[in-house]
Order: sequence, then structure tokens, then C-alpha cells
Amino acid sequence: MSYSFKVRNINYRFADLKTLLAKASPYRTGDVLAGICADSYEERVAAQTALADVPLKAFLNETIIPYESDEITRLIIDSHDVIAFNAINSLTVGEFRDWLLSDEVDNAVLKSIEAGITPEMAAAVSKLMRNQDLIAVAKKCEVITRFRNTIGLKGHFSTRLQPNHPTDDLKGVAASMIDGLLYGSGDAVIGINPATDSPAVVLNLLKLIDTVREQFEIPTQSCVLSHITTTLQLINSGAPVDLCFQSIGGTELCNSSFGINLALIEEAYQATLSLNRGTIGKNVMYFETGQGSELSANAHHGVDQQTVEARAYAVARRYKPLLVNSVVGFIGPEYLYDGKQIIRAALEDHFCGKLLGLPMGVDICYTNHAEADQDDMDNLLTLLGVAGCNFIMGIPGSDDIMLNYQSTSFHDALYLRKVLGYRPAPEFEQWLIKQGINYTNSTNYSELHEFIGANSERLLALISGI
Amino acid sequence: MKIVVSDPLTPLKEFTAARIAIGRAGTSIPMKETLQFKLAHAHARDAVYSVLDVEGLVSSLKTLNLPLLHLQSKALSRHKYLKRPDHGRQLDEASEQQLKDYNHGYDIAIVIADGLSAEAVNENAFDLLKILVPKLQSAKLKIAPLCLVEQGRVAVGDDIGFGLNAKLSLILIGERPGLSAADSMGAYLTFGPKPGLTDESRNCISNIRPQGLKAKPAADKIFYLIMEAFKRKLSGVGLKDDLAIGALGH
Repeated sequence: MSYSFKVRNINYRFADLKTLLAKASPYRTGDVLAGICADSYEERVAAQTALADVPLKAFLNETIIPYESDEITRLIIDSHDVIAFNAINSLTVGEFRDWLLSDEVDNAVLKSIEAGITPEMAAAVSKLMRNQDLIAVAKKCEVITRFRNTIGLKGHFSTRLQPNHPTDDLKGVAASMIDGLLYGSGDAVIGINPATDSPAVVLNLLKLIDTVREQFEIPTQSCVLSHITTTLQLINSGAPVDLCFQSIGGTELCNSSFGINLALIEEAYQATLSLNRGTIGKNVMYFETGQGSELSANAHHGVDQQTVEARAYAVARRYKPLLVNSVVGFIGPEYLYDGKQIIRAALEDHFCGKLLGLPMGVDICYTNHAEADQDDMDNLLTLLGVAGCNFIMGIPGSDDIMLNYQSTSFHDALYLRKVLGYRPAPEFEQWLIKQGINYTNSTNYSELHEFIGANSERLLALISGI
Repeated sequence: MKIVVSDPLTPLKEFTAARIAIGRAGTSIPMKETLQFKLAHAHARDAVYSVLDVEGLVSSLKTLNLPLLHLQSKALSRHKYLKRPDHGRQLDEASEQQLKDYNHGYDIAIVIADGLSAEAVNENAFDLLKILVPKLQSAKLKIAPLCLVEQGRVAVGDDIGFGLNAKLSLILIGERPGLSAADSMGAYLTFGPKPGLTDESRNCISNIRPQGLKAKPAADKIFYLIMEAFKRKLSGVGLKDDLAIGALGH
């Protein structure tokens, strides 16, 4: 059905929900590139005003990508929980925004309606929210996941240690990994992006992390971010796979350009579960997403990049992941032009993910052709810290020498823990304290130096033994 | 009292170029490392906004004795270029018109475009071509007029190859600058170039610069791939360059 709103003498008409969502979306270059963005500031506000009056129920009756032609639409509609939706079924999108912000709505209430919210509802309400609202509501959500430690508890904040190397050199990876561990990084996962998808290389990297983890008895999990088919192959050959990784998008067509579909993810999910390697929990999946990937694969069906990103979260939540992160600034300036757009997109992704029940992290990052710098990343880091983001990346000096982009450093995470009083995952924190690597109690670092002094030969031996 | 805590892991630095063992001030990155990082980012940013040195390139390229065309993509400014990759992939109308005078049929069209680092081609394109062009000529391949393109993306090479009626296109283009190198040039070749092709139809040789893949081995590798492409009448995923690596022994 069509929607409209009149401003002065112009009656703005929007042909369908998909168009209305696109026109109501805050400005970003990717939507301009797709030719679906509002033509003026006034048209955008007209669309937002019209959207505020749309009943949430409308999203169940009008799909933005046809049910018949897209398995993610089918997943969203078929898994929608009518009973959970009951509490909000009379609300419009605008009323939903006010309701989310109201004092009566806390984590318990949000959990009770989680399965009744579709990605499109989450995306729609986010378009009517200021950055402050996105932070305030996300902050209410507590999404806790477990494998060998507990991630996402209130007052805690974790990091993925990302020790990438341009040629997958094991000694090089180990050096970055040890550096990161001694800065207290790695409680979300020690996760390597391999430079090649060769199963032999991936296996060696997996064995490396596994060896270090076992030798130092670190309560964390490992992951090599290879294609899901490579991981499946490795699982079947008995490799030490803790978490199964995959990049996902919000349309069937986009996922097919990634070489995946829901059946394949299900197969890999079951295979990873069957290894039973988690000691305290069974969250075994790690997904990455990011606005713009659907357009970049020419698989967006005319849907705006923020809404179609939220649809990827429907895929993620089906498999009860340990970690999900939006690699927000990696895509480049033709999708998110500058610090302002990257920051807005990150807050939207974090909010939508959390509202849909996902353990959201964010790769706070930018490329050198984007109009962004470390100051923008510091702003975003602080905002996401306040919003209760589950985890960020930890990369030596912010500089990923394999993927050639800038993300957050080990030091950045310590800054956030210090200014906001956050602590690592409890099991990991206990390990840090035991090793004398206790950055959360920042008054005394001498123990750390004692630890390194006492272990330096062991650490170097570890590397030379590789 | 020492304000900056030096890093006991310094010996690990020999294993990786990553910024490890950088010490800390409180829990923050020390001044020295912060400034080094800023400088690397400044180099990368300046490279993105660097401009094709048309005069310099024309004067060095004329020693190759080939006609030279100066073209422009549909992206009229750097800001437009960054926001609209589709514009950077197409020539503007005046440039398309220019090609029409030269569509006599060639074996190879060679294109030089600024891409995301004009600096990279300003510094590396001629050094590569002065080795590669004579090799192509001695292999009796007919080379089209050299094309200099401002605000160009990789795919513009295919449009030009098509417009010049060439059997193969080769584009030398500035790669997205990283913190470790802002002057890295890439070379992409397409057999049977035409508008609308994507990466899977091309072969890429990356990181061409004095501190990376030097001009001589880069030219050898490109020449090898070009000859293989002509022999097998294809390029892209079907044409692996591991043969080239084996044949050249590096």
C-alpha cells in the first residue's frame, strides 16, 4: 500500500513500505548510489513522519522483499512469534520509539518481546531515533553468551584479539597474539582473518591458537575466519574448531554471492555443536555483517542499506551466535562517506542487533579513502562503550597490516575500561589477575612486568618453536 | 620517574611489521608512536588527494614513441569519484569521442589512471612501461595509443580497450593507500575487454613499487600473463598466475 504526508503544499507519496523506509533513512552515500535516498531534507522528514504513523502490524502484512523469492523473508515471517508480539501489536512505529524509551521498559520486558520484533520493525524505529535514543535503548539490553567464558554481562566489555599477518606467518601471528594477551585483549575470541582460504593454512593457524590457549590455560575461544565450507571441511577432518565463522547478508541473493545459504549455515552450526568444545556454553557461531554489502553484491532489491543490514540479524539469531559484529567502516566511502555516517551506522547496527537479541560487537574502523580518522573512532568507541556494546576488535596499534584498514587498538580497549569502569569477561579477568596482567586495577603494573620477565624466555621459546 | 613504559616485548618486533610492543603512557599509546601513526595516515590521505602528473608523465612517456591520449572519467572531482564508483568506471563524452579517431584495431590498449593514489602511478608507471613496452613490441604486438585517465577506476580500462577495438586491455592504477605504503600501483589485464565486466574477468598484479614488487619482475610477470592470455584467449579466474611465479622463480 502507499503512504503519504503533506508538508505545506507538497503531498509526499511513497509507493510502498520499502520506499518509505529508504526515504526515511538518515542520509548516507550508499543509498544515494543505489538511487533510493530522499531527494531533499524535507522529503526525508515527511517520510519519517509518515513512517511514525505506520502500525507495526503493517510489517507482517507487507514484506519488503517477496516471501516467494527470498528465503530470509520466509525465515523472518515463519519464525515471527505472535505471542511475544502481543505486547506491542497495537503500536505504531512512532509509539514504539516512545515505548522503548519509557522507564517501564527494561531488559526483562525487551527480552519478552524480542521474538515478536522483525528486522524491518527494528530498522524502521531506528530511523526515527536520534543517536542518543539508539544508545539509551541499546543500553537497556543485556545479551549474554557463553562458550569458555561469559560475554555481555552488564559492566563488562570484551575484545576480539585480531593478530592478522599478510602472509599468515605463524611467528608473526604469535607475536601479535602475545602482545595482545599481555594488554588483556582476547576475551571475546582470538580470531584471525587468514590471508588465504587454504584449509592447510587455516588448520595451522587454528593449531597455533589452540596450543597457546592450552599452554597458558586461557579461558577464551579461537576462530580462524575462513569461509564456512572450509571450516566444515576442517571440522570433518578433526581440526580444533571452537567457533564457526561466516560473513552474512540480509538477502538470499547476497548470501548466494557469499557462497552460502541457510541450509549450509545450519549444517555448519550442527557440525560445530557436535564437537562440544565449549566448557560453559553452547554458543558456537561468529557472524560478521556490515551495511552496504548487499548493494555491493547488487543484491539489495532496492531496499535501503540499513534495513537490509538488519535483515542479516534474522539470519544470525537463528543460530544463537556467541558473537556478531558489524564491520561498519570497512566498506568504503561510497557507502558510508565520513565519520558522521560511520558513527550513525554503527549505533543503528548495535541498536537493531541488541533489540533482536544478538550479542552485538562493532568493528570500529575506517579505510584511508574515507573522510575519517582516529578522532572519529575515539568518538564512536566512547559512544559504543556507553551503549553497552559487547565487544570490539583489538589490533596492534590500530593498524591491520593484512586487511589494510584501521580498527581499535589493545590500548583503546584499556582506555574504555578505565573511563567507564568496565571489566573483561569474568573468567578471563580471573586469568589475567592470576597472571599479573591486571589492567582494570590500574594502580599497579609492576606485576605485569614481573610476569613478562619471568615468562619472556617461555614466550620467545614458544615463538621459536613454531 | 619514567612516564612512558617501554615494552618488554620489543624482541618480538622482528617477527612482524604489526605495531606491537609500542609501550604505553598510562594505558594509552605513547606520543612517539601516535605521531608515527598520524604521519602514515597523512601520507595515505595525501595520496588519495594527489593529482595525476600529466605533464611529467607525458614528457617521460614520449620516449616510448607512442601516441598519447589524455582522457577523463565521468567523475568530475575527487569527492564525486569517492562517492560514485560507477562514474569513475566510465569515460566522459569528450573522451569517448577522442577514442573514435583511433579505433583501428590493436592487440593491446595500455591505460594509466590515478585510481586511489595518483602518486603511485606518477612514480611507478613509466619505470614499468619502459621495460614492458619494448618486450611487447619485440613480441610483435600492436600497441594502441597510451591513455592517461583522470579520476579513473579499474573498469575504465575495459571501456577504453573496447573503444579502441583492442584485443586486450592493461590498466596501471594507484591502489588504495595503506598505512605501510601510499605509493602502491596495481596492474589489471583483461582479454576481450568490454563494458560491464567485473573482477573475475581480470588478472591483477598488485603492490608494484620500489619497496614492493619492483618494476623489472612486475614487467616480466605482466608480460608472461599477457602472452598466456593471448595463447589461451582468456583472462581472469581461468588464467592463474602461479605458472608465472614458477616460470620466473620467485
